[in-house]
Amino acid sequence: MTLETLLVVAAALFSVGLYGALSQQVVVMVMMGLELMLNGVILAGAAFWWFLAPNPEGQVLLLIVIAAMTVEMAMGFAVAIVLNRHHGTDMTDMAADLSR
Amino acid sequence: MPDASIVQVSPVWALLAALLLGGAAVFAAGLDGVLVSRTQGRLLLTGVRMPLVETARLLRQRRRSTLAADSLLWRTGGAGLVVVALLMVAVVPLGRWTLADLPVGVVWFNAMDVVVWALVWLAGWGPNATHSLIGGYRFLAQALAYELPLMFALTAPAVAAGSLRVGDVVAAQQGLWFVVWMPVAFAVYCLAVVGFSFWGPLAPAAGVDIAGGVLSEVSGPDRLLVQTGRYALLAAGAAFAVPLFLGGGAGPLLPGWCWVLLKTLLLLSAFVAIRRRLPSLRADRFVEVGWMVLLPVVLLQVLVVALVVVGRG
Amino acid sequence: MLESVLFWSIAVLAVASGVAVFRVDSMARATYALAVSFVAVGLALLLVGLDYIGLIVVLMMVMEMAVMAVYMIMFMGMNPALMPMSMVHGHRAAVITAVGAFVLLAAGALLVPWPQRRGTPSADPTVALGEALMGSKMLVMMTVSPVMVATIVAGIVLASHRTRYDRLGDDLRRRPADDPQPGGVGR
Repeated sequence: MTLETLLVVAAALFSVGLYGALSQQVVVMVMMGLELMLNGVILAGAAFWWFLAPNPEGQVLLLIVIAAMTVEMAMGFAVAIVLNRHHGTDMTDMAADLSR
Repeated sequence: MPDASIVQVSPVWALLAALLLGGAAVFAAGLDGVLVSRTQGRLLLTGVRMPLVETARLLRQRRRSTLAADSLLWRTGGAGLVVVALLMVAVVPLGRWTLADLPVGVVWFNAMDVVVWALVWLAGWGPNATHSLIGGYRFLAQALAYELPLMFALTAPAVAAGSLRVGDVVAAQQGLWFVVWMPVAFAVYCLAVVGFSFWGPLAPAAGVDIAGGVLSEVSGPDRLLVQTGRYALLAAGAAFAVPLFLGGGAGPLLPGWCWVLLKTLLLLSAFVAIRRRLPSLRADRFVEVGWMVLLPVVLLQVLVVALVVVGRG
Repeated sequence: MLESVLFWSIAVLAVASGVAVFRVDSMARATYALAVSFVAVGLALLLVGLDYIGLIVVLMMVMEMAVMAVYMIMFMGMNPALMPMSMVHGHRAAVITAVGAFVLLAAGALLVPWPQRRGTPSADPTVALGEALMGSKMLVMMTVSPVMVATIVAGIVLASHRTRYDRLGDDLRRRPADDPQPGGVGR
Protein backbone atom coordinates (compact mmCIF):
# COMPACT_ATOMS: atom_id res chain seq x y z
CA MET A 1 0.00 0.00 0.00
CA THR A 2 2.10 2.86 -1.26
CA LEU A 3 1.20 6.37 -2.26
CA GLU A 4 1.30 5.45 -5.93
CA THR A 5 -1.05 2.50 -5.64
CA LEU A 6 -3.58 4.47 -3.61
CA LEU A 7 -3.44 7.29 -6.15
CA VAL A 8 -3.95 4.87 -9.05
CA VAL A 9 -7.00 3.41 -7.31
CA ALA A 10 -8.31 6.91 -6.69
CA ALA A 11 -7.69 7.77 -10.36
CA ALA A 12 -9.65 4.66 -11.37
CA LEU A 13 -12.60 5.69 -9.20
CA PHE A 14 -12.43 9.21 -10.60
CA SER A 15 -12.41 7.94 -14.17
CA VAL A 16 -15.38 5.64 -13.63
CA GLY A 17 -17.23 8.56 -12.11
CA LEU A 18 -16.28 10.77 -15.03
CA TYR A 19 -17.66 8.20 -17.44
CA GLY A 20 -20.90 8.15 -15.51
CA ALA A 21 -21.21 11.90 -15.24
CA LEU A 22 -20.65 12.34 -18.97
CA SER A 23 -22.67 9.49 -20.36
CA GLN A 24 -25.75 9.06 -18.22
CA GLN A 25 -29.03 10.57 -19.25
CA VAL A 26 -30.87 10.43 -15.97
CA VAL A 27 -30.08 13.27 -13.58
CA VAL A 28 -29.72 11.00 -10.56
CA MET A 29 -27.29 8.75 -12.41
CA VAL A 30 -25.19 11.80 -13.34
CA MET A 31 -25.10 12.61 -9.64
CA MET A 32 -23.93 9.10 -8.92
CA GLY A 33 -21.06 9.72 -11.31
CA LEU A 34 -20.23 12.93 -9.45
CA GLU A 35 -20.32 11.02 -6.18
CA LEU A 36 -17.83 8.49 -7.52
CA MET A 37 -15.53 11.31 -8.62
CA LEU A 38 -15.62 12.83 -5.17
CA ASN A 39 -15.05 9.35 -3.77
CA GLY A 40 -11.80 9.20 -5.71
CA VAL A 41 -10.88 12.68 -4.49
CA ILE A 42 -11.42 11.67 -0.86
CA LEU A 43 -9.28 8.55 -1.27
CA ALA A 44 -6.53 10.58 -2.94
CA GLY A 45 -6.72 13.20 -0.19
CA ALA A 46 -6.39 10.51 2.47
CA ALA A 47 -3.41 9.02 0.62
CA PHE A 48 -1.70 12.42 0.48
CA TRP A 49 -2.46 12.94 4.15
CA TRP A 50 -0.89 9.70 5.27
CA PHE A 51 2.12 9.60 3.01
CA LEU A 52 3.08 13.23 2.68
CA ALA A 53 1.84 15.36 5.56
CA PRO A 54 -0.05 13.61 8.38
CA ASN A 55 -1.13 16.73 10.26
CA PRO A 56 -4.65 17.85 11.20
CA GLU A 57 -4.95 20.36 8.34
CA GLY A 58 -5.19 17.50 5.87
CA GLN A 59 -8.06 15.96 7.81
CA VAL A 60 -9.84 19.31 7.87
CA LEU A 61 -9.51 19.43 4.08
CA LEU A 62 -11.07 15.98 3.82
CA LEU A 63 -13.97 17.11 6.00
CA ILE A 64 -14.46 20.10 3.72
CA VAL A 65 -14.60 17.80 0.69
CA ILE A 66 -17.16 15.59 2.44
CA ALA A 67 -19.22 18.64 3.37
CA ALA A 68 -19.06 19.88 -0.23
CA MET A 69 -20.23 16.48 -1.45
CA THR A 70 -23.17 16.58 0.93
CA VAL A 71 -24.19 20.06 -0.18
CA GLU A 72 -23.92 19.06 -3.84
CA MET A 73 -26.09 16.02 -3.32
CA ALA A 74 -28.75 17.96 -1.45
CA MET A 75 -28.91 20.68 -4.08
CA GLY A 76 -28.84 18.13 -6.89
CA PHE A 77 -31.81 16.26 -5.53
CA ALA A 78 -33.75 19.45 -4.93
CA VAL A 79 -33.09 20.53 -8.53
CA ALA A 80 -34.11 17.08 -9.78
CA ILE A 81 -37.40 17.40 -7.95
CA VAL A 82 -38.07 20.84 -9.44
CA LEU A 83 -37.16 19.51 -12.88
CA ASN A 84 -39.55 16.63 -12.46
CA ARG A 85 -42.31 18.90 -11.31
CA HIS A 86 -42.05 21.42 -14.12
CA HIS A 87 -40.91 19.38 -17.07
CA GLY A 88 -42.30 16.04 -16.00
CA THR A 89 -39.02 14.37 -16.83
CA ASP A 90 -35.83 13.30 -15.16
CA MET A 91 -33.63 13.14 -18.22
CA THR A 92 -30.94 15.70 -18.75
CA ASP A 93 -31.63 15.86 -22.48
CA MET A 94 -35.18 17.09 -21.98
CA ALA A 95 -33.97 19.82 -19.67
CA ALA A 96 -31.62 21.29 -22.23
CA ASP A 97 -33.64 24.32 -23.26
CA LEU A 98 -34.73 27.05 -20.92
CA SER A 99 -38.23 27.52 -22.30
CA ARG A 100 -40.99 25.27 -21.07
CA MET B 1 -8.32 10.19 30.66
CA PRO B 2 -7.38 7.03 28.78
CA ASP B 3 -8.57 3.95 30.54
CA ALA B 4 -5.75 1.45 30.58
CA SER B 5 -7.80 -1.32 32.05
CA ILE B 6 -9.90 -2.20 28.96
CA VAL B 7 -8.22 -5.13 27.27
CA GLN B 8 -8.83 -6.02 23.63
CA VAL B 9 -9.08 -9.76 23.14
CA SER B 10 -8.42 -11.80 20.04
CA PRO B 11 -11.15 -12.10 17.38
CA VAL B 12 -11.75 -15.76 18.33
CA TRP B 13 -13.83 -14.50 21.23
CA ALA B 14 -16.32 -13.15 18.72
CA LEU B 15 -17.93 -16.58 19.00
CA LEU B 16 -18.64 -15.97 22.67
CA ALA B 17 -19.99 -12.52 21.82
CA ALA B 18 -22.29 -14.08 19.22
CA LEU B 19 -23.46 -16.66 21.76
CA LEU B 20 -24.17 -14.01 24.37
CA LEU B 21 -26.03 -11.88 21.84
CA GLY B 22 -28.03 -14.92 20.73
CA GLY B 23 -28.81 -15.74 24.34
CA ALA B 24 -30.03 -12.20 24.95
CA ALA B 25 -32.18 -12.35 21.81
CA VAL B 26 -33.68 -15.66 22.93
CA PHE B 27 -34.32 -14.15 26.37
CA ALA B 28 -36.11 -11.19 24.77
CA ALA B 29 -38.20 -13.49 22.59
CA GLY B 30 -39.05 -15.68 25.56
CA LEU B 31 -40.07 -12.71 27.66
CA ASP B 32 -42.26 -11.45 24.85
CA GLY B 33 -43.81 -14.92 24.63
CA VAL B 34 -44.46 -14.96 28.37
CA LEU B 35 -46.18 -11.58 28.22
CA VAL B 36 -48.31 -12.75 25.30
CA SER B 37 -49.23 -15.99 27.10
CA ARG B 38 -50.21 -14.04 30.16
CA THR B 39 -52.59 -11.84 28.22
CA GLN B 40 -54.02 -14.85 26.41
CA GLY B 41 -54.52 -16.71 29.66
CA ARG B 42 -52.31 -19.62 28.69
CA LEU B 43 -49.59 -21.28 30.70
CA LEU B 44 -46.44 -19.24 31.09
CA LEU B 45 -44.42 -22.24 29.98
CA THR B 46 -45.79 -21.96 26.45
CA GLY B 47 -44.46 -18.43 26.38
CA VAL B 48 -41.02 -19.44 27.59
CA ARG B 49 -40.92 -22.15 24.94
CA MET B 50 -42.00 -19.71 22.24
CA PRO B 51 -38.53 -18.93 20.80
CA LEU B 52 -37.71 -22.63 20.45
CA VAL B 53 -41.09 -23.45 18.98
CA GLU B 54 -40.87 -20.58 16.50
CA THR B 55 -37.31 -21.49 15.51
CA ALA B 56 -38.26 -25.09 14.89
CA ARG B 57 -41.35 -24.07 12.95
CA LEU B 58 -39.55 -21.57 10.77
CA LEU B 59 -36.62 -23.85 10.06
CA ARG B 60 -39.02 -26.43 8.71
CA GLN B 61 -41.18 -23.98 6.82
CA ARG B 62 -40.77 -23.70 3.09
CA ARG B 63 -38.87 -20.74 1.78
CA ARG B 64 -41.12 -18.56 -0.27
CA SER B 65 -40.03 -16.44 -3.18
CA THR B 66 -42.16 -13.96 -5.05
CA LEU B 67 -42.39 -13.20 -8.74
CA ALA B 68 -39.39 -11.26 -10.09
CA ALA B 69 -38.04 -10.70 -6.60
CA ASP B 70 -34.58 -9.19 -6.26
CA SER B 71 -33.17 -12.12 -4.29
CA LEU B 72 -29.69 -10.74 -3.77
CA LEU B 73 -30.92 -7.53 -2.17
CA TRP B 74 -33.75 -9.25 -0.31
CA ARG B 75 -31.65 -11.88 1.40
CA THR B 76 -28.87 -9.35 2.11
CA GLY B 77 -31.33 -7.06 3.84
CA GLY B 78 -32.80 -9.86 5.88
CA ALA B 79 -29.59 -11.57 6.91
CA GLY B 80 -27.66 -8.35 7.45
CA LEU B 81 -29.66 -7.41 10.56
CA VAL B 82 -28.03 -10.11 12.68
CA VAL B 83 -24.57 -9.28 11.32
CA VAL B 84 -25.00 -5.59 12.14
CA ALA B 85 -26.18 -6.43 15.66
CA LEU B 86 -23.04 -8.51 16.18
CA LEU B 87 -20.89 -5.66 14.87
CA MET B 88 -22.62 -3.32 17.30
CA VAL B 89 -21.73 -5.43 20.33
CA ALA B 90 -18.13 -5.74 19.16
CA VAL B 91 -17.37 -2.40 20.85
CA VAL B 92 -19.27 -3.11 24.08
CA PRO B 93 -16.82 -3.93 26.89
CA LEU B 94 -17.85 -6.99 28.89
CA GLY B 95 -16.30 -5.89 32.16
CA ARG B 96 -12.67 -5.50 31.24
CA TRP B 97 -12.64 -7.23 27.86
CA THR B 98 -13.78 -5.97 24.51
CA LEU B 99 -13.55 -7.31 20.99
CA ALA B 100 -12.59 -4.04 19.37
CA ASP B 101 -11.16 -1.19 21.40
CA LEU B 102 -11.73 1.40 18.71
CA PRO B 103 -10.68 4.98 19.47
CA VAL B 104 -14.01 6.02 17.90
CA GLY B 105 -16.29 3.34 19.36
CA VAL B 106 -19.29 5.65 19.76
CA VAL B 107 -19.16 6.64 16.07
CA TRP B 108 -18.88 2.94 15.15
CA PHE B 109 -22.20 2.24 16.87
CA ASN B 110 -23.72 5.20 15.07
CA ALA B 111 -22.44 3.95 11.71
CA MET B 112 -23.87 0.50 12.37
CA ASP B 113 -27.30 1.78 13.21
CA VAL B 114 -27.32 3.75 9.96
CA VAL B 115 -26.53 0.55 8.06
CA VAL B 116 -29.82 -0.77 9.51
CA TRP B 117 -31.60 1.90 7.43
CA ALA B 118 -30.25 0.36 4.25
CA LEU B 119 -30.94 -3.21 5.38
CA VAL B 120 -34.57 -2.71 6.36
CA TRP B 121 -35.28 -0.82 3.13
CA LEU B 122 -33.67 -3.61 1.14
CA ALA B 123 -35.73 -6.17 3.02
CA GLY B 124 -38.78 -4.19 2.01
CA TRP B 125 -37.74 -3.67 -1.61
CA GLY B 126 -36.52 -7.17 -2.39
CA PRO B 127 -39.74 -9.16 -2.60
CA ASN B 128 -41.32 -6.95 -5.30
CA ALA B 129 -44.46 -6.65 -3.20
CA THR B 130 -46.48 -3.56 -2.36
CA HIS B 131 -46.98 -3.99 1.36
CA SER B 132 -43.37 -4.89 1.84
CA LEU B 133 -42.25 -1.78 -0.02
CA ILE B 134 -44.57 0.42 2.03
CA GLY B 135 -43.03 -1.06 5.18
CA GLY B 136 -39.53 -0.22 3.94
CA TYR B 137 -40.52 3.37 3.17
CA ARG B 138 -42.20 3.77 6.54
CA PHE B 139 -38.98 2.67 8.17
CA LEU B 140 -36.96 5.27 6.27
CA ALA B 141 -39.39 8.04 7.20
CA GLN B 142 -39.26 7.10 10.86
CA ALA B 143 -35.49 6.66 10.80
CA LEU B 144 -35.05 10.19 9.43
CA ALA B 145 -36.93 11.38 12.49
CA TYR B 146 -35.02 9.61 15.24
CA GLU B 147 -31.54 9.57 13.69
CA LEU B 148 -30.42 13.12 14.38
CA PRO B 149 -31.68 13.07 17.99
CA LEU B 150 -29.85 9.72 18.37
CA MET B 151 -26.61 11.21 17.08
CA PHE B 152 -26.78 14.02 19.61
CA ALA B 153 -27.81 11.64 22.37
CA LEU B 154 -24.65 9.66 21.58
CA THR B 155 -22.61 12.87 21.58
CA ALA B 156 -23.62 13.82 25.14
CA PRO B 157 -21.72 11.01 26.96
CA ALA B 158 -18.77 11.50 24.60
CA VAL B 159 -18.63 15.20 25.51
CA ALA B 160 -18.87 14.38 29.22
CA ALA B 161 -16.06 11.83 28.95
CA GLY B 162 -13.94 13.92 26.61
CA SER B 163 -13.37 10.95 24.31
CA LEU B 164 -15.06 8.76 21.72
CA ARG B 165 -13.62 5.55 23.12
CA VAL B 166 -16.20 3.43 24.90
CA GLY B 167 -13.64 2.54 27.58
CA ASP B 168 -13.12 6.21 28.40
CA VAL B 169 -16.88 6.79 28.62
CA VAL B 170 -17.08 3.94 31.14
CA ALA B 171 -14.16 5.33 33.14
CA ALA B 172 -15.73 8.80 33.29
CA GLN B 173 -18.77 7.35 35.06
CA GLN B 174 -16.93 6.25 38.16
CA GLY B 175 -18.39 9.08 40.23
CA LEU B 176 -21.91 9.34 38.86
CA TRP B 177 -23.62 7.37 36.12
CA PHE B 178 -24.52 9.40 33.07
CA VAL B 179 -28.14 8.30 33.17
CA VAL B 180 -28.56 10.42 36.32
CA TRP B 181 -27.49 13.73 34.88
CA MET B 182 -28.35 13.22 31.21
CA PRO B 183 -31.77 11.56 31.41
CA VAL B 184 -33.00 13.21 28.22
CA ALA B 185 -30.15 11.74 26.21
CA PHE B 186 -30.86 8.33 27.74
CA ALA B 187 -34.57 8.55 26.92
CA VAL B 188 -33.88 9.60 23.33
CA TYR B 189 -31.32 6.80 22.99
CA CYS B 190 -33.84 4.22 24.21
CA LEU B 191 -36.44 5.57 21.79
CA ALA B 192 -33.94 5.29 18.95
CA VAL B 193 -33.06 1.68 19.89
CA VAL B 194 -36.76 0.82 19.78
CA GLY B 195 -36.85 2.67 16.46
CA PHE B 196 -34.02 0.93 14.69
CA SER B 197 -35.35 -2.45 15.79
CA PHE B 198 -38.77 -1.40 14.42
CA TRP B 199 -40.27 -2.60 17.66
CA GLY B 200 -43.36 -1.79 19.69
CA PRO B 201 -44.53 1.80 19.26
CA LEU B 202 -42.16 2.35 16.35
CA ALA B 203 -43.11 -0.72 14.36
CA PRO B 204 -45.27 0.66 11.55
CA ALA B 205 -42.66 -0.78 9.19
CA ALA B 206 -43.90 -4.19 10.25
CA GLY B 207 -47.38 -3.01 10.96
CA VAL B 208 -50.48 -5.14 11.02
CA ASP B 209 -52.26 -2.67 8.75
CA ILE B 210 -49.90 -3.50 5.89
CA ALA B 211 -50.01 -7.26 6.38
CA GLY B 212 -46.75 -7.25 8.29
CA GLY B 213 -44.85 -4.79 6.11
CA VAL B 214 -41.27 -5.91 5.73
CA LEU B 215 -42.26 -9.17 7.39
CA SER B 216 -45.10 -9.87 5.01
CA GLU B 217 -43.30 -11.91 2.33
CA VAL B 218 -40.43 -13.54 4.20
CA SER B 219 -40.95 -17.11 5.32
CA GLY B 220 -38.95 -20.01 6.54
CA PRO B 221 -35.32 -19.54 7.53
CA ASP B 222 -35.30 -16.05 6.03
CA ARG B 223 -38.07 -15.02 8.39
CA LEU B 224 -36.15 -16.58 11.26
CA LEU B 225 -33.15 -14.45 10.33
CA VAL B 226 -35.19 -11.24 10.19
CA GLN B 227 -36.95 -11.92 13.50
CA THR B 228 -33.67 -12.91 15.15
CA GLY B 229 -32.12 -9.76 13.72
CA ARG B 230 -34.89 -7.66 15.29
CA TYR B 231 -34.37 -9.15 18.73
CA ALA B 232 -30.60 -9.03 18.30
CA LEU B 233 -30.70 -5.32 17.42
CA LEU B 234 -32.79 -4.68 20.51
CA ALA B 235 -30.29 -6.62 22.61
CA ALA B 236 -27.31 -4.84 21.01
CA GLY B 237 -28.89 -1.46 21.66
CA ALA B 238 -29.56 -2.39 25.28
CA ALA B 239 -25.98 -3.68 25.58
CA PHE B 240 -24.49 -0.44 24.25
CA ALA B 241 -26.54 1.65 26.66
CA VAL B 242 -24.72 -0.02 29.55
CA PRO B 243 -21.23 1.44 28.97
CA LEU B 244 -22.68 4.66 27.62
CA PHE B 245 -25.21 5.58 30.32
CA LEU B 246 -25.36 2.89 33.00
CA GLY B 247 -21.79 2.85 34.23
CA GLY B 248 -20.49 -0.22 32.41
CA GLY B 249 -19.49 -2.97 34.81
CA ALA B 250 -19.76 -0.85 37.94
CA GLY B 251 -21.64 -2.35 40.84
CA PRO B 252 -21.14 -4.06 44.21
CA LEU B 253 -20.41 -7.71 44.85
CA LEU B 254 -20.53 -9.20 41.36
CA PRO B 255 -17.69 -8.95 38.82
CA GLY B 256 -17.86 -6.38 36.02
CA TRP B 257 -18.91 -8.71 33.23
CA CYS B 258 -21.76 -10.04 35.34
CA TRP B 259 -23.07 -6.54 35.94
CA VAL B 260 -22.87 -5.72 32.24
CA LEU B 261 -24.97 -8.77 31.39
CA LEU B 262 -27.42 -8.03 34.20
CA LYS B 263 -27.92 -4.42 33.20
CA THR B 264 -28.30 -5.41 29.55
CA LEU B 265 -30.99 -7.95 30.38
CA LEU B 266 -32.80 -5.46 32.63
CA LEU B 267 -32.91 -2.79 29.94
CA LEU B 268 -33.85 -5.39 27.34
CA SER B 269 -36.76 -6.51 29.54
CA ALA B 270 -37.94 -2.91 29.74
CA PHE B 271 -37.85 -2.67 25.94
CA VAL B 272 -39.79 -5.90 25.51
CA ALA B 273 -42.34 -4.88 28.13
CA ILE B 274 -43.32 -1.66 26.36
CA ARG B 275 -44.09 -3.47 23.13
CA ARG B 276 -47.77 -3.89 23.74
CA ARG B 277 -48.21 -1.01 26.14
CA LEU B 278 -47.78 1.94 23.82
CA PRO B 279 -49.79 2.67 20.67
CA SER B 280 -48.07 2.54 17.33
CA LEU B 281 -46.65 5.88 16.28
CA ARG B 282 -47.36 6.56 12.64
CA ALA B 283 -44.26 7.53 10.69
CA ASP B 284 -45.60 10.82 9.31
CA ARG B 285 -46.67 12.01 12.76
CA PHE B 286 -43.49 10.80 14.38
CA VAL B 287 -41.42 12.84 11.90
CA GLU B 288 -42.77 16.09 13.26
CA VAL B 289 -42.30 14.93 16.85
CA GLY B 290 -38.73 13.95 16.08
CA TRP B 291 -37.72 17.24 14.50
CA MET B 292 -39.78 19.75 16.51
CA VAL B 293 -39.62 18.18 19.97
CA LEU B 294 -36.82 15.63 20.28
CA LEU B 295 -34.09 17.48 18.42
CA PRO B 296 -34.30 20.80 20.35
CA VAL B 297 -34.61 18.96 23.65
CA VAL B 298 -31.58 16.78 23.05
CA LEU B 299 -29.60 19.78 21.80
CA LEU B 300 -30.39 21.56 25.07
CA GLN B 301 -29.24 18.44 26.88
CA VAL B 302 -25.91 18.50 25.03
CA LEU B 303 -25.60 22.20 25.88
CA VAL B 304 -26.14 21.47 29.57
CA VAL B 305 -23.57 18.68 29.46
CA ALA B 306 -21.05 20.92 27.71
CA LEU B 307 -21.58 23.68 30.30
CA VAL B 308 -21.06 21.20 33.13
CA VAL B 309 -17.87 19.92 31.53
CA VAL B 310 -16.53 23.45 31.03
CA GLY B 311 -17.51 24.42 34.56
CA ARG B 312 -15.81 21.36 35.95
CA GLY B 313 -12.62 22.58 34.32
CA MET C 1 1.27 -8.98 4.17
CA LEU C 2 -2.22 -9.14 5.66
CA GLU C 3 -2.49 -5.41 5.25
CA SER C 4 -1.52 -5.70 1.59
CA VAL C 5 -4.13 -8.39 0.91
CA LEU C 6 -6.74 -6.35 2.76
CA PHE C 7 -5.87 -3.20 0.86
CA TRP C 8 -5.98 -4.83 -2.56
CA SER C 9 -9.30 -6.55 -1.89
CA ILE C 10 -10.78 -3.25 -0.71
CA ALA C 11 -9.38 -1.42 -3.74
CA VAL C 12 -10.75 -3.99 -6.20
CA LEU C 13 -14.11 -3.93 -4.42
CA ALA C 14 -14.29 -0.13 -4.61
CA VAL C 15 -13.53 0.08 -8.33
CA ALA C 16 -15.59 -2.99 -9.28
CA SER C 17 -18.67 -1.75 -7.47
CA GLY C 18 -18.09 1.69 -9.00
CA VAL C 19 -18.21 0.13 -12.47
CA ALA C 20 -21.20 -1.97 -11.41
CA VAL C 21 -23.19 1.20 -10.68
CA PHE C 22 -23.56 1.76 -14.40
CA ARG C 23 -23.85 -1.87 -15.41
CA VAL C 24 -26.50 -3.44 -13.20
CA ASP C 25 -30.08 -4.06 -14.13
CA SER C 26 -32.00 -2.26 -11.44
CA MET C 27 -31.90 1.18 -9.85
CA ALA C 28 -31.76 -0.16 -6.31
CA ARG C 29 -28.79 -2.32 -7.25
CA ALA C 30 -27.05 0.68 -8.80
CA THR C 31 -27.59 2.74 -5.66
CA TYR C 32 -26.34 0.04 -3.33
CA ALA C 33 -23.38 -0.75 -5.58
CA LEU C 34 -22.40 2.89 -5.04
CA ALA C 35 -22.93 2.38 -1.30
CA VAL C 36 -20.58 -0.61 -1.37
CA SER C 37 -17.99 1.49 -3.20
CA PHE C 38 -18.22 4.17 -0.54
CA VAL C 39 -17.96 1.64 2.29
CA ALA C 40 -14.84 0.24 0.63
CA VAL C 41 -13.30 3.72 0.47
CA GLY C 42 -14.26 4.22 4.13
CA LEU C 43 -12.47 0.98 5.01
CA ALA C 44 -9.43 2.15 3.03
CA LEU C 45 -9.47 5.33 5.09
CA LEU C 46 -9.53 3.22 8.24
CA LEU C 47 -6.45 1.41 6.90
CA VAL C 48 -4.48 4.66 6.62
CA GLY C 49 -5.33 5.54 10.19
CA LEU C 50 -8.16 8.03 9.60
CA ASP C 51 -10.57 6.39 12.04
CA TYR C 52 -13.07 9.14 12.51
CA ILE C 53 -13.21 10.31 8.90
CA GLY C 54 -13.43 6.74 7.60
CA LEU C 55 -16.39 5.94 9.85
CA ILE C 56 -18.01 9.27 9.00
CA VAL C 57 -17.71 8.44 5.29
CA VAL C 58 -19.35 5.04 5.86
CA LEU C 59 -22.10 6.52 8.03
CA MET C 60 -22.98 9.44 5.80
CA MET C 61 -22.75 7.57 2.55
CA VAL C 62 -24.93 4.65 3.63
CA MET C 63 -27.51 7.12 4.88
CA GLU C 64 -27.27 9.08 1.63
CA MET C 65 -27.64 5.96 -0.50
CA ALA C 66 -30.69 4.87 1.47
CA VAL C 67 -32.31 8.25 0.74
CA MET C 68 -31.04 8.29 -2.85
CA ALA C 69 -32.69 4.95 -3.49
CA VAL C 70 -36.00 6.60 -2.59
CA TYR C 71 -35.36 9.33 -5.17
CA MET C 72 -34.33 6.82 -7.82
CA ILE C 73 -37.50 4.87 -7.45
CA MET C 74 -39.58 8.03 -7.30
CA PHE C 75 -38.25 9.39 -10.57
CA MET C 76 -37.78 6.26 -12.54
CA GLY C 77 -40.74 4.32 -11.25
CA MET C 78 -39.09 0.96 -11.63
CA ASN C 79 -40.10 -2.11 -9.73
CA PRO C 80 -37.70 -4.55 -8.13
CA ALA C 81 -37.74 -6.81 -11.18
CA LEU C 82 -34.43 -6.85 -12.96
CA MET C 83 -34.63 -5.42 -16.43
CA PRO C 84 -31.72 -4.39 -18.62
CA MET C 85 -31.45 -0.64 -18.62
CA SER C 86 -28.96 1.56 -20.31
CA MET C 87 -29.76 5.18 -20.84
CA VAL C 88 -26.65 6.81 -22.18
CA HIS C 89 -25.82 9.55 -24.58
CA GLY C 90 -22.46 10.09 -26.15
CA HIS C 91 -21.25 6.75 -24.90
CA ARG C 92 -18.06 6.49 -26.92
CA ALA C 93 -16.94 10.02 -26.18
CA ALA C 94 -17.51 9.42 -22.49
CA VAL C 95 -15.52 6.18 -22.51
CA ILE C 96 -12.64 7.80 -24.37
CA THR C 97 -12.62 10.78 -22.00
CA ALA C 98 -12.72 8.54 -18.95
CA VAL C 99 -9.94 6.27 -20.16
CA GLY C 100 -7.87 9.29 -21.15
CA ALA C 101 -8.40 10.87 -17.72
CA PHE C 102 -7.37 7.64 -16.03
CA VAL C 103 -4.21 7.32 -18.11
CA LEU C 104 -3.31 10.94 -17.41
CA LEU C 105 -3.91 10.72 -13.66
CA ALA C 106 -2.25 7.35 -13.24
CA ALA C 107 0.77 8.53 -15.22
CA GLY C 108 0.94 11.58 -13.00
CA ALA C 109 0.66 9.46 -9.88
CA LEU C 110 3.43 7.12 -10.98
CA LEU C 111 5.82 9.57 -12.59
CA VAL C 112 5.70 12.62 -10.30
CA PRO C 113 8.58 12.58 -7.78
CA TRP C 114 6.58 12.83 -4.57
CA PRO C 115 8.33 14.59 -1.69
CA GLN C 116 9.27 12.96 1.57
CA ARG C 117 6.84 12.65 4.41
CA ARG C 118 6.84 15.72 6.63
CA GLY C 119 6.06 15.05 10.27
CA THR C 120 4.45 12.05 11.89
CA PRO C 121 0.79 11.46 12.64
CA SER C 122 -0.18 12.23 16.21
CA ALA C 123 -1.13 9.38 18.52
CA ASP C 124 -4.84 10.11 18.18
CA PRO C 125 -5.70 11.75 14.85
CA THR C 126 -9.27 12.31 16.00
CA VAL C 127 -8.19 14.43 18.95
CA ALA C 128 -5.81 16.34 16.67
CA LEU C 129 -8.64 16.93 14.21
CA GLY C 130 -10.98 18.12 16.94
CA GLU C 131 -8.43 20.50 18.37
CA ALA C 132 -7.59 21.84 14.92
CA LEU C 133 -11.25 22.42 14.06
CA MET C 134 -11.95 24.16 17.33
CA GLY C 135 -8.65 26.02 17.45
CA SER C 136 -6.58 27.06 14.50
CA LYS C 137 -9.15 26.01 11.88
CA MET C 138 -12.19 27.47 13.58
CA LEU C 139 -12.88 29.47 10.43
CA VAL C 140 -13.70 26.23 8.61
CA MET C 141 -16.25 25.31 11.23
CA MET C 142 -17.74 28.79 11.15
CA THR C 143 -18.07 28.69 7.38
CA VAL C 144 -19.40 25.16 7.01
CA SER C 145 -22.16 25.69 9.56
CA PRO C 146 -24.06 28.47 7.79
CA VAL C 147 -23.42 26.75 4.45
CA MET C 148 -25.16 23.67 5.81
CA VAL C 149 -28.06 25.71 7.13
CA ALA C 150 -28.31 27.52 3.80
CA THR C 151 -28.33 24.15 2.02
CA ILE C 152 -31.16 22.87 4.17
CA VAL C 153 -33.20 26.00 3.60
CA ALA C 154 -32.44 26.16 -0.14
CA GLY C 155 -33.22 22.48 -0.61
CA ILE C 156 -36.57 22.79 1.10
CA VAL C 157 -37.44 25.98 -0.76
CA LEU C 158 -36.63 24.33 -4.09
CA ALA C 159 -38.31 21.06 -3.41
CA SER C 160 -41.35 22.15 -1.51
CA HIS C 161 -44.49 22.23 -3.56
CA ARG C 162 -46.67 24.13 -1.13
CA THR C 163 -45.60 27.46 0.24
CA ARG C 164 -46.55 28.90 3.59
CA TYR C 165 -49.47 30.72 1.92
CA ASP C 166 -50.90 27.37 0.90
CA ARG C 167 -50.46 26.05 4.39
CA LEU C 168 -51.49 29.02 6.50
CA GLY C 169 -53.94 30.84 4.24
CA ASP C 170 -53.58 34.22 2.52
CA ASP C 171 -53.26 36.15 5.76
CA LEU C 172 -50.92 33.54 7.35
CA ARG C 173 -53.32 33.22 10.22
CA ARG C 174 -54.81 29.74 9.84
CA ARG C 175 -53.83 27.48 12.73
CA PRO C 176 -53.31 24.52 12.58
CA ALA C 177 -51.78 24.48 9.14
CA ASP C 178 -53.63 22.91 6.23
CA ASP C 179 -51.41 19.92 5.47
CA PRO C 180 -52.31 16.76 3.57
CA GLN C 181 -50.36 14.83 6.21
CA PRO C 182 -50.84 16.44 9.62
CA GLY C 183 -47.79 16.16 11.81
CA GLY C 184 -47.76 14.68 15.27
CA VAL C 185 -47.38 17.90 17.20
CA GLY C 186 -50.54 19.47 15.87
CA ARG C 187 -48.93 22.57 14.44
